[in-house]
Amino acid sequence: MMWNAVSKSVVGAWSLLALMAGPLAGPLDADTEAGTDTDPGHILVQSTTSTENSGLFEAILPQFTAQTGIEVRVVAVGTGQAIKNARNCDGDVLFVHDRASEERFVADGAGLSRADVMYNDFVIVGPAADPAGIAGLGDVAEALSTIAATGQAFVSRGDQSGTHKAERRLWVTAGVDPDPASGTWYRESGSGMGATLNIAAGMDAYTLSDRATWVAFQNKASLAILVEGDDRLFNQYGVILVSPEACPSVRAEAGQAFVDWLTGPAGQAAIAGYRRDGRQLFFPNAGRGTN
Amino acid sequence: MQDFTAAVGLAVRLLATADPDLVEIVSLSLQVSLTALIIAALVGLPLGACLAIGRFRGRSVAIVVVNALMGLPPVVVGLIVYLCLSRAGPFGVLGLLYTPAAMIIAQTVLVLPIIAALSRQILEDLNRDYDEQLRSFGVGWRGSVATLLWDARASLATVLLAGFGRAIAEVGAVIIVGGNIDHVTRVMTTAIALETSKGNLALALALGLVLLLIALAVNALAAALRQSMPEAARA
Repeated sequence: MMWNAVSKSVVGAWSLLALMAGPLAGPLDADTEAGTDTDPGHILVQSTTSTENSGLFEAILPQFTAQTGIEVRVVAVGTGQAIKNARNCDGDVLFVHDRASEERFVADGAGLSRADVMYNDFVIVGPAADPAGIAGLGDVAEALSTIAATGQAFVSRGDQSGTHKAERRLWVTAGVDPDPASGTWYRESGSGMGATLNIAAGMDAYTLSDRATWVAFQNKASLAILVEGDDRLFNQYGVILVSPEACPSVRAEAGQAFVDWLTGPAGQAAIAGYRRDGRQLFFPNAGRGTN
Repeated sequence: MQDFTAAVGLAVRLLATADPDLVEIVSLSLQVSLTALIIAALVGLPLGACLAIGRFRGRSVAIVVVNALMGLPPVVVGLIVYLCLSRAGPFGVLGLLYTPAAMIIAQTVLVLPIIAALSRQILEDLNRDYDEQLRSFGVGWRGSVATLLWDARASLATVLLAGFGRAIAEVGAVIIVGGNIDHVTRVMTTAIALETSKGNLALALALGLVLLLIALAVNALAAALRQSMPEAARA
Protein backbone atom coordinates (compact mmCIF):
# COMPACT_ATOMS: atom_id res chain seq x y z
CA MET A 1 0.00 0.00 0.00
CA MET A 2 2.69 2.34 1.23
CA TRP A 3 4.76 1.44 -1.79
CA ASN A 4 1.98 2.32 -4.21
CA ALA A 5 1.43 5.71 -2.65
CA VAL A 6 5.13 6.49 -2.67
CA SER A 7 5.51 5.15 -6.14
CA LYS A 8 2.64 7.26 -7.44
CA SER A 9 4.17 10.44 -6.14
CA VAL A 10 7.46 9.37 -7.63
CA VAL A 11 5.77 8.66 -10.92
CA GLY A 12 4.26 12.14 -10.71
CA ALA A 13 7.66 13.68 -10.21
CA TRP A 14 8.97 11.65 -13.13
CA SER A 15 6.17 12.77 -15.44
CA LEU A 16 7.01 16.37 -14.61
CA LEU A 17 10.63 15.69 -15.48
CA ALA A 18 9.66 13.86 -18.63
CA LEU A 19 7.74 16.92 -19.76
CA MET A 20 10.83 19.01 -19.23
CA ALA A 21 13.06 16.53 -20.99
CA GLY A 22 10.66 16.54 -23.93
CA PRO A 23 11.80 13.67 -26.13
CA LEU A 24 12.22 11.41 -23.12
CA ALA A 25 8.51 11.50 -22.38
CA GLY A 26 6.99 8.14 -23.00
CA PRO A 27 4.66 5.64 -21.40
CA LEU A 28 5.99 4.89 -17.96
CA ASP A 29 6.55 1.26 -17.39
CA ALA A 30 5.96 0.88 -13.70
CA ASP A 31 5.81 -2.89 -13.47
CA THR A 32 9.50 -3.23 -12.75
CA GLU A 33 8.84 -2.43 -9.12
CA ALA A 34 9.40 -4.34 -5.96
CA GLY A 35 7.09 -7.16 -5.03
CA THR A 36 7.63 -9.03 -8.26
CA ASP A 37 9.42 -11.64 -6.21
CA THR A 38 6.12 -13.31 -5.43
CA ASP A 39 5.31 -14.14 -9.04
CA PRO A 40 6.31 -17.72 -9.85
CA GLY A 41 7.10 -16.93 -13.47
CA HIS A 42 10.75 -16.07 -13.09
CA ILE A 43 14.01 -17.63 -12.00
CA LEU A 44 17.26 -16.10 -10.87
CA VAL A 45 20.43 -17.34 -12.53
CA GLN A 46 23.83 -16.65 -11.00
CA SER A 47 26.22 -16.56 -13.91
CA THR A 48 29.48 -15.17 -15.17
CA THR A 49 30.32 -11.93 -16.91
CA SER A 50 31.44 -13.70 -20.10
CA THR A 51 27.98 -15.13 -20.84
CA GLU A 52 26.40 -11.71 -20.29
CA ASN A 53 29.04 -9.45 -21.85
CA SER A 54 29.29 -11.57 -24.99
CA GLY A 55 25.58 -11.07 -25.67
CA LEU A 56 24.77 -14.79 -25.41
CA PHE A 57 22.01 -14.38 -22.81
CA GLU A 58 20.40 -11.55 -24.70
CA ALA A 59 20.20 -13.85 -27.73
CA ILE A 60 19.05 -17.13 -26.19
CA LEU A 61 17.01 -16.23 -23.10
CA PRO A 62 14.07 -14.71 -25.04
CA GLN A 63 13.77 -18.06 -26.87
CA PHE A 64 13.49 -19.92 -23.55
CA THR A 65 10.98 -17.39 -22.23
CA ALA A 66 8.91 -17.65 -25.41
CA GLN A 67 8.81 -21.44 -25.16
CA THR A 68 8.09 -21.74 -21.42
CA GLY A 69 6.75 -18.41 -20.20
CA ILE A 70 9.49 -18.36 -17.55
CA GLU A 71 11.42 -15.10 -17.27
CA VAL A 72 15.14 -15.49 -16.57
CA ARG A 73 16.88 -12.88 -14.43
CA VAL A 74 20.63 -12.99 -14.68
CA VAL A 75 23.09 -11.73 -12.10
CA ALA A 76 26.42 -11.63 -13.96
CA VAL A 77 29.42 -11.72 -11.64
CA GLY A 78 32.67 -13.68 -11.46
CA THR A 79 32.35 -17.45 -10.99
CA GLY A 80 33.68 -17.20 -7.41
CA GLN A 81 31.09 -14.62 -6.41
CA ALA A 82 28.31 -16.42 -8.32
CA ILE A 83 29.02 -19.62 -6.36
CA LYS A 84 29.12 -17.69 -3.09
CA ASN A 85 25.78 -16.04 -3.88
CA ALA A 86 24.25 -19.40 -4.80
CA ARG A 87 25.56 -20.91 -1.55
CA ASN A 88 23.65 -18.11 0.23
CA CYS A 89 20.54 -19.34 -1.63
CA ASP A 90 20.44 -16.11 -3.63
CA GLY A 91 19.74 -17.84 -6.93
CA ASP A 92 17.92 -20.81 -8.43
CA VAL A 93 20.43 -21.88 -11.05
CA LEU A 94 24.22 -21.61 -11.23
CA PHE A 95 25.74 -21.30 -14.72
CA VAL A 96 29.50 -20.83 -14.51
CA HIS A 97 32.85 -22.08 -15.82
CA ASP A 98 35.11 -23.59 -13.21
CA ARG A 99 34.58 -27.32 -13.13
CA ALA A 100 36.51 -27.96 -9.90
CA SER A 101 34.49 -25.49 -7.84
CA GLU A 102 31.25 -26.58 -9.55
CA GLU A 103 31.89 -30.18 -8.53
CA ARG A 104 32.71 -29.06 -5.00
CA PHE A 105 29.43 -27.10 -4.95
CA VAL A 106 27.51 -30.29 -5.78
CA ALA A 107 29.58 -32.49 -3.46
CA ASP A 108 28.83 -30.10 -0.58
CA GLY A 109 25.11 -30.58 -1.17
CA ALA A 110 24.56 -26.99 -2.31
CA GLY A 111 23.62 -28.10 -5.82
CA LEU A 112 21.68 -31.07 -7.16
CA SER A 113 23.85 -32.18 -10.08
CA ARG A 114 26.17 -30.65 -12.60
CA ALA A 115 25.78 -30.86 -16.39
CA ASP A 116 28.03 -29.70 -19.20
CA VAL A 117 26.39 -27.07 -21.38
CA MET A 118 28.93 -25.64 -23.80
CA TYR A 119 32.56 -24.75 -24.25
CA ASN A 120 34.83 -22.32 -25.95
CA ASP A 121 38.46 -21.47 -25.25
CA PHE A 122 40.71 -18.98 -23.60
CA VAL A 123 43.16 -16.88 -25.58
CA ILE A 124 46.21 -14.89 -24.58
CA VAL A 125 45.85 -11.37 -25.87
CA GLY A 126 48.50 -8.68 -25.76
CA PRO A 127 49.90 -5.69 -27.63
CA ALA A 128 50.16 -6.39 -31.34
CA ALA A 129 53.79 -5.19 -31.19
CA ASP A 130 54.35 -8.21 -28.88
CA PRO A 131 57.45 -7.11 -26.90
CA ALA A 132 57.68 -10.54 -25.22
CA GLY A 133 57.70 -12.30 -28.57
CA ILE A 134 55.05 -14.94 -27.86
CA ALA A 135 52.93 -14.56 -30.99
CA GLY A 136 52.14 -17.83 -32.68
CA LEU A 137 53.44 -20.05 -29.87
CA GLY A 138 51.37 -23.24 -29.71
CA ASP A 139 52.40 -23.91 -26.11
CA VAL A 140 50.62 -21.70 -23.59
CA ALA A 141 53.04 -22.68 -20.79
CA GLU A 142 55.99 -21.52 -22.87
CA ALA A 143 54.15 -18.27 -23.70
CA LEU A 144 53.53 -17.51 -20.01
CA SER A 145 57.08 -18.33 -18.91
CA THR A 146 58.38 -16.09 -21.71
CA ILE A 147 56.19 -13.18 -20.51
CA ALA A 148 57.53 -13.75 -16.99
CA ALA A 149 61.15 -14.03 -18.13
CA THR A 150 60.96 -10.83 -20.17
CA GLY A 151 59.12 -9.03 -17.38
CA GLN A 152 56.40 -7.74 -19.70
CA ALA A 153 53.21 -6.55 -17.99
CA PHE A 154 50.51 -9.18 -17.52
CA VAL A 155 47.11 -8.23 -16.09
CA SER A 156 45.46 -10.93 -13.99
CA ARG A 157 41.77 -10.93 -13.11
CA GLY A 158 42.72 -11.55 -9.49
CA ASP A 159 39.05 -12.07 -8.54
CA GLN A 160 38.61 -15.85 -8.10
CA SER A 161 36.57 -15.96 -11.30
CA GLY A 162 36.60 -18.97 -13.60
CA THR A 163 39.05 -17.24 -15.91
CA HIS A 164 41.28 -16.28 -12.98
CA LYS A 165 41.36 -19.87 -11.75
CA ALA A 166 42.17 -21.11 -15.25
CA GLU A 167 44.99 -18.56 -15.43
CA ARG A 168 46.38 -19.69 -12.07
CA ARG A 169 46.40 -23.31 -13.26
CA LEU A 170 48.27 -22.25 -16.42
CA TRP A 171 50.98 -20.52 -14.34
CA VAL A 172 51.45 -23.77 -12.41
CA THR A 173 51.79 -25.58 -15.74
CA ALA A 174 54.35 -22.98 -16.81
CA GLY A 175 56.31 -23.53 -13.61
CA VAL A 176 56.14 -19.85 -12.72
CA ASP A 177 54.90 -18.39 -9.44
CA PRO A 178 53.78 -14.88 -10.40
CA ASP A 179 52.85 -13.82 -6.84
CA PRO A 180 56.25 -12.39 -5.87
CA ALA A 181 55.98 -10.19 -8.97
CA SER A 182 52.56 -8.83 -7.95
CA GLY A 183 52.66 -5.07 -8.38
CA THR A 184 55.58 -5.19 -10.81
CA TRP A 185 54.96 -6.99 -14.11
CA TYR A 186 52.14 -9.15 -12.65
CA ARG A 187 49.19 -6.82 -12.07
CA GLU A 188 46.02 -8.06 -10.42
CA SER A 189 43.00 -5.97 -11.44
CA GLY A 190 40.45 -7.62 -9.15
CA SER A 191 37.86 -6.80 -11.81
CA GLY A 192 35.68 -8.48 -14.42
CA MET A 193 36.94 -9.60 -17.82
CA GLY A 194 35.87 -6.45 -19.65
CA ALA A 195 37.39 -4.12 -17.07
CA THR A 196 40.58 -6.17 -17.17
CA LEU A 197 40.71 -5.92 -20.97
CA ASN A 198 40.26 -2.15 -20.66
CA ILE A 199 43.25 -2.08 -18.29
CA ALA A 200 45.36 -4.28 -20.58
CA ALA A 201 44.47 -2.03 -23.52
CA GLY A 202 45.42 1.01 -21.47
CA MET A 203 48.83 -0.26 -20.38
CA ASP A 204 49.76 -2.41 -23.39
CA ALA A 205 49.80 -5.51 -21.24
CA TYR A 206 49.14 -9.21 -21.82
CA THR A 207 46.14 -10.96 -20.32
CA LEU A 208 44.13 -14.17 -20.51
CA SER A 209 40.57 -13.79 -21.79
CA ASP A 210 37.75 -16.10 -22.71
CA ARG A 211 37.24 -15.88 -26.44
CA ALA A 212 33.59 -14.81 -26.25
CA THR A 213 34.26 -11.69 -24.18
CA TRP A 214 37.25 -10.89 -26.38
CA VAL A 215 35.33 -11.12 -29.66
CA ALA A 216 32.47 -9.00 -28.31
CA PHE A 217 34.82 -6.46 -26.67
CA GLN A 218 34.67 -3.06 -28.35
CA ASN A 219 37.76 -1.32 -26.96
CA LYS A 220 40.52 -3.60 -28.27
CA ALA A 221 42.87 -0.65 -29.02
CA SER A 222 46.26 -2.18 -29.90
CA LEU A 223 45.47 -5.61 -28.41
CA ALA A 224 45.38 -8.76 -30.52
CA ILE A 225 45.17 -12.52 -29.98
CA LEU A 226 48.73 -13.84 -29.71
CA VAL A 227 48.36 -17.39 -28.42
CA GLU A 228 45.46 -19.77 -29.02
CA GLY A 229 44.68 -23.36 -29.80
CA ASP A 230 46.51 -25.13 -26.95
CA ASP A 231 44.31 -27.90 -25.49
CA ARG A 232 44.96 -26.49 -22.03
CA LEU A 233 43.04 -23.34 -23.02
CA PHE A 234 39.76 -25.31 -23.09
CA ASN A 235 36.93 -23.50 -21.28
CA GLN A 236 33.94 -25.60 -20.18
CA TYR A 237 30.67 -24.14 -18.92
CA GLY A 238 28.41 -26.12 -16.59
CA VAL A 239 24.93 -25.66 -15.15
CA ILE A 240 23.67 -26.66 -11.70
CA LEU A 241 20.24 -26.41 -10.09
CA VAL A 242 20.68 -25.05 -6.57
CA SER A 243 19.52 -27.72 -4.14
CA PRO A 244 15.95 -27.11 -2.94
CA GLU A 245 16.88 -29.10 0.15
CA ALA A 246 19.71 -26.74 1.03
CA CYS A 247 17.66 -23.73 -0.09
CA PRO A 248 13.88 -24.06 0.31
CA SER A 249 13.40 -20.76 -1.53
CA VAL A 250 14.67 -22.28 -4.78
CA ARG A 251 12.12 -22.34 -7.60
CA ALA A 252 13.03 -25.91 -8.38
CA GLU A 253 10.48 -26.64 -11.10
CA ALA A 254 11.19 -23.57 -13.20
CA GLY A 255 14.90 -23.86 -12.51
CA GLN A 256 14.94 -27.48 -13.65
CA ALA A 257 13.01 -26.48 -16.77
CA PHE A 258 15.81 -24.02 -17.58
CA VAL A 259 18.53 -26.62 -16.97
CA ASP A 260 16.66 -29.12 -19.15
CA TRP A 261 16.20 -26.55 -21.90
CA LEU A 262 19.87 -25.47 -21.88
CA THR A 263 21.09 -29.05 -22.09
CA GLY A 264 18.29 -30.18 -24.46
CA PRO A 265 18.02 -29.84 -28.23
CA ALA A 266 16.33 -26.40 -28.24
CA GLY A 267 18.83 -24.72 -25.93
CA GLN A 268 21.82 -26.40 -27.56
CA ALA A 269 20.64 -25.23 -30.97
CA ALA A 270 20.13 -21.70 -29.63
CA ILE A 271 23.70 -21.65 -28.25
CA ALA A 272 25.14 -23.01 -31.52
CA GLY A 273 23.14 -20.43 -33.45
CA TYR A 274 24.52 -17.42 -31.59
CA ARG A 275 26.94 -15.52 -33.82
CA ARG A 276 28.93 -12.36 -33.25
CA ASP A 277 30.57 -10.80 -36.29
CA GLY A 278 29.72 -14.01 -38.11
CA ARG A 279 31.60 -16.12 -35.59
CA GLN A 280 30.22 -18.79 -33.27
CA LEU A 281 31.25 -17.95 -29.69
CA PHE A 282 30.05 -20.98 -27.73
CA PHE A 283 29.94 -24.64 -28.76
CA PRO A 284 27.20 -26.77 -27.19
CA ASN A 285 28.38 -30.07 -25.70
CA ALA A 286 25.68 -31.20 -23.27
CA GLY A 287 25.22 -34.88 -22.62
CA ARG A 288 28.92 -35.60 -22.39
CA GLY A 289 30.45 -35.93 -18.97
CA THR A 290 27.29 -35.29 -16.95
CA ASN A 291 27.69 -36.30 -13.34
CA MET B 1 38.60 12.00 -28.66
CA GLN B 2 36.69 9.89 -31.13
CA ASP B 3 34.73 8.40 -28.25
CA PHE B 4 33.67 11.87 -27.08
CA THR B 5 32.22 12.86 -30.45
CA ALA B 6 30.57 9.48 -30.87
CA ALA B 7 29.15 9.75 -27.33
CA VAL B 8 27.50 13.11 -27.95
CA GLY B 9 25.95 11.82 -31.18
CA LEU B 10 24.74 8.66 -29.43
CA ALA B 11 23.29 10.61 -26.51
CA VAL B 12 21.35 12.86 -28.87
CA ARG B 13 20.08 9.87 -30.83
CA LEU B 14 19.05 7.98 -27.66
CA LEU B 15 17.10 11.01 -26.44
CA ALA B 16 15.60 11.93 -29.80
CA THR B 17 14.26 8.43 -30.43
CA ALA B 18 13.16 7.99 -26.79
CA ASP B 19 14.96 4.65 -26.85
CA PRO B 20 12.67 2.29 -24.90
CA ASP B 21 15.54 0.66 -22.99
CA LEU B 22 16.85 4.09 -22.05
CA VAL B 23 13.43 5.27 -20.90
CA GLU B 24 13.14 2.13 -18.79
CA ILE B 25 16.47 2.52 -17.00
CA VAL B 26 16.09 6.28 -16.59
CA SER B 27 12.65 5.90 -15.04
CA LEU B 28 13.86 3.11 -12.74
CA SER B 29 16.84 5.27 -11.71
CA LEU B 30 14.50 8.12 -10.85
CA GLN B 31 11.98 5.89 -9.07
CA VAL B 32 14.66 4.28 -6.92
CA SER B 33 16.65 7.41 -6.09
CA LEU B 34 13.63 9.68 -5.51
CA THR B 35 11.92 7.10 -3.30
CA ALA B 36 15.13 6.68 -1.31
CA LEU B 37 15.36 10.46 -1.05
CA ILE B 38 11.76 10.82 0.19
CA ILE B 39 12.22 8.13 2.86
CA ALA B 40 15.59 9.55 3.89
CA ALA B 41 14.06 13.04 4.11
CA LEU B 42 11.10 11.86 6.21
CA VAL B 43 13.53 10.36 8.72
CA GLY B 44 16.57 12.59 8.22
CA LEU B 45 14.98 16.05 8.54
CA PRO B 46 13.32 15.38 11.93
CA LEU B 47 16.49 13.62 13.06
CA GLY B 48 18.56 16.64 12.02
CA ALA B 49 16.13 18.93 13.86
CA CYS B 50 16.33 16.84 17.04
CA LEU B 51 20.12 16.95 16.90
CA ALA B 52 19.99 20.70 16.26
CA ILE B 53 17.76 21.80 19.11
CA GLY B 54 17.68 18.81 21.41
CA ARG B 55 19.62 18.93 24.65
CA PHE B 56 20.41 15.38 25.66
CA ARG B 57 23.36 13.31 26.78
CA GLY B 58 25.48 11.97 23.97
CA ARG B 59 24.31 14.68 21.56
CA SER B 60 27.80 15.74 20.52
CA VAL B 61 28.79 12.11 19.99
CA ALA B 62 25.65 11.55 17.91
CA ILE B 63 26.50 14.58 15.76
CA VAL B 64 30.04 13.34 15.15
CA VAL B 65 28.71 9.90 14.22
CA VAL B 66 26.09 11.26 11.81
CA ASN B 67 28.67 13.57 10.22
CA ALA B 68 31.10 10.69 9.83
CA LEU B 69 28.43 8.48 8.23
CA MET B 70 28.24 10.98 5.34
CA GLY B 71 31.45 9.32 4.19
CA LEU B 72 29.99 5.79 4.08
CA PRO B 73 31.42 4.04 1.01
CA PRO B 74 28.52 2.86 -1.20
CA VAL B 75 30.16 -0.52 -1.75
CA VAL B 76 30.24 -1.13 2.01
CA VAL B 77 26.57 -0.17 2.33
CA GLY B 78 25.83 -2.50 -0.59
CA LEU B 79 27.67 -5.33 1.09
CA ILE B 80 25.91 -4.82 4.44
CA VAL B 81 22.47 -4.59 2.82
CA TYR B 82 23.31 -7.66 0.71
CA LEU B 83 24.25 -9.65 3.82
CA CYS B 84 21.02 -8.56 5.53
CA LEU B 85 18.73 -9.29 2.58
CA SER B 86 20.44 -12.45 1.34
CA ARG B 87 18.39 -15.63 1.79
CA ALA B 88 21.09 -16.64 4.26
CA GLY B 89 20.75 -13.30 6.10
CA PRO B 90 18.36 -12.10 8.83
CA PHE B 91 15.82 -10.60 6.39
CA GLY B 92 16.19 -13.25 3.68
CA VAL B 93 12.60 -14.44 4.02
CA LEU B 94 11.37 -11.13 2.60
CA GLY B 95 12.88 -12.06 -0.77
CA LEU B 96 13.94 -8.47 -1.41
CA LEU B 97 17.44 -9.07 -2.76
CA TYR B 98 17.83 -8.22 -6.47
CA THR B 99 14.67 -6.08 -6.47
CA PRO B 100 14.30 -2.29 -6.72
CA ALA B 101 13.22 -2.32 -3.07
CA ALA B 102 16.70 -3.53 -2.06
CA MET B 103 18.22 -0.69 -4.07
CA ILE B 104 15.96 1.84 -2.35
CA ILE B 105 17.00 0.50 1.05
CA ALA B 106 20.69 0.79 0.20
CA GLN B 107 20.37 4.31 -1.17
CA THR B 108 18.26 5.40 1.79
CA VAL B 109 21.06 4.29 4.10
CA LEU B 110 23.52 6.30 1.99
CA VAL B 111 21.43 9.46 1.80
CA LEU B 112 20.05 9.57 5.35
CA PRO B 113 23.29 10.72 7.08
CA ILE B 114 23.78 13.47 4.49
CA ILE B 115 20.31 14.87 5.08
CA ALA B 116 20.50 14.53 8.86
CA ALA B 117 23.98 16.04 9.16
CA LEU B 118 23.50 18.99 6.78
CA SER B 119 20.02 19.85 8.04
CA ARG B 120 21.32 19.69 11.64
CA GLN B 121 23.87 22.38 10.86
CA ILE B 122 21.36 24.62 9.06
CA LEU B 123 18.68 24.28 11.74
CA GLU B 124 21.14 24.81 14.56
CA ASP B 125 22.31 28.07 12.98
CA LEU B 126 18.74 29.21 12.42
CA ASN B 127 17.75 28.22 15.94
CA ARG B 128 20.32 30.64 17.36
CA ASP B 129 18.22 33.48 15.94
CA TYR B 130 14.87 31.91 16.74
CA ASP B 131 15.42 30.31 20.12
CA GLU B 132 14.60 33.27 22.34
CA GLN B 133 11.58 34.34 20.35
CA LEU B 134 10.12 30.84 20.21
CA ARG B 135 10.62 30.52 23.95
CA SER B 136 8.97 33.88 24.65
CA PHE B 137 5.92 32.74 22.68
CA GLY B 138 5.91 29.57 24.73
CA VAL B 139 6.26 27.34 21.66
CA GLY B 140 6.96 23.71 22.59
CA TRP B 141 9.76 21.72 21.01
CA ARG B 142 7.44 20.19 18.44
CA GLY B 143 6.28 23.60 17.33
CA SER B 144 9.88 24.77 17.28
CA VAL B 145 10.92 21.91 15.02
CA ALA B 146 8.04 22.61 12.66
CA THR B 147 8.79 26.35 12.56
CA LEU B 148 12.49 25.80 11.96
CA LEU B 149 11.92 23.19 9.22
CA TRP B 150 9.44 25.45 7.47
CA ASP B 151 11.49 28.63 7.67
CA ALA B 152 14.65 26.87 6.48
CA ARG B 153 12.88 25.10 3.64
CA ALA B 154 14.88 26.71 0.86
CA SER B 155 18.22 25.76 2.41
CA LEU B 156 16.84 22.32 3.17
CA ALA B 157 15.89 21.95 -0.50
CA THR B 158 19.58 22.24 -1.31
CA VAL B 159 20.26 19.54 1.28
CA LEU B 160 17.74 17.30 -0.49
CA LEU B 161 19.47 17.98 -3.80
CA ALA B 162 22.79 16.93 -2.27
CA GLY B 163 21.12 13.72 -1.11
CA PHE B 164 19.57 13.13 -4.52
CA GLY B 165 22.94 13.69 -6.16
CA ARG B 166 24.52 11.08 -3.94
CA ALA B 167 21.75 8.56 -4.67
CA ILE B 168 21.46 8.95 -8.44
CA ALA B 169 25.25 8.92 -8.92
CA GLU B 170 26.28 5.91 -6.87
CA VAL B 171 26.93 2.52 -8.42
CA GLY B 172 28.70 0.54 -5.70
CA ALA B 173 25.64 -0.22 -3.60
CA VAL B 174 22.97 -0.78 -6.25
CA ILE B 175 25.10 -3.11 -8.35
CA ILE B 176 25.55 -5.46 -5.37
CA VAL B 177 22.00 -5.47 -4.01
CA GLY B 178 20.25 -5.02 -7.36
CA GLY B 179 22.45 -7.34 -9.41
CA ASN B 180 22.15 -5.13 -12.52
CA ILE B 181 19.45 -7.46 -13.91
CA ASP B 182 18.24 -6.37 -17.35
CA HIS B 183 14.68 -4.93 -17.25
CA VAL B 184 14.48 -5.47 -13.48
CA THR B 185 17.21 -3.69 -11.57
CA ARG B 186 19.33 -2.04 -14.24
CA VAL B 187 19.72 1.70 -13.60
CA MET B 188 21.79 4.42 -15.23
CA THR B 189 24.98 3.90 -13.26
CA THR B 190 24.99 0.09 -13.47
CA ALA B 191 24.27 0.30 -17.20
CA ILE B 192 27.26 2.65 -17.56
CA ALA B 193 29.45 0.20 -15.63
CA LEU B 194 28.25 -2.67 -17.84
CA GLU B 195 28.85 -0.85 -21.12
CA THR B 196 32.31 0.18 -19.91
CA SER B 197 33.15 -3.44 -19.19
CA LYS B 198 31.97 -4.38 -22.67
CA GLY B 199 34.46 -1.86 -24.00
CA ASN B 200 31.52 0.14 -25.35
CA LEU B 201 33.03 3.40 -24.15
CA ALA B 202 31.04 5.70 -26.43
CA LEU B 203 27.69 4.26 -25.30
CA ALA B 204 28.83 4.35 -21.67
CA LEU B 205 29.74 8.00 -22.02
CA ALA B 206 26.48 8.77 -23.83
CA LEU B 207 24.56 7.28 -20.89
CA GLY B 208 26.72 9.41 -18.60
CA LEU B 209 25.71 12.52 -20.54
CA VAL B 210 22.04 11.57 -20.20
CA LEU B 211 22.56 11.12 -16.45
CA LEU B 212 24.09 14.60 -16.29
CA LEU B 213 21.09 16.02 -18.14
CA ILE B 214 18.74 14.41 -15.64
CA ALA B 215 20.70 15.89 -12.75
CA LEU B 216 20.50 19.26 -14.48
CA ALA B 217 16.75 18.91 -14.99
CA VAL B 218 16.18 18.01 -11.33
CA ASN B 219 18.27 20.96 -10.16
CA ALA B 220 16.54 23.33 -12.57
CA LEU B 221 13.20 22.16 -11.22
CA ALA B 222 14.39 22.80 -7.67
CA ALA B 223 15.68 26.23 -8.63
CA ALA B 224 12.33 27.09 -10.18
CA LEU B 225 10.53 26.03 -7.01
CA ARG B 226 12.94 28.10 -4.97
CA GLN B 227 12.29 31.17 -7.11
CA SER B 228 8.59 30.84 -6.42
CA MET B 229 9.17 30.92 -2.65
CA PRO B 230 8.84 34.12 -0.63
CA GLU B 231 12.06 36.02 -0.03
CA ALA B 232 12.18 35.14 3.68
CA ALA B 233 12.46 31.42 3.02
CA ARG B 234 15.41 31.82 0.73
CA ALA B 235 17.80 32.34 3.60
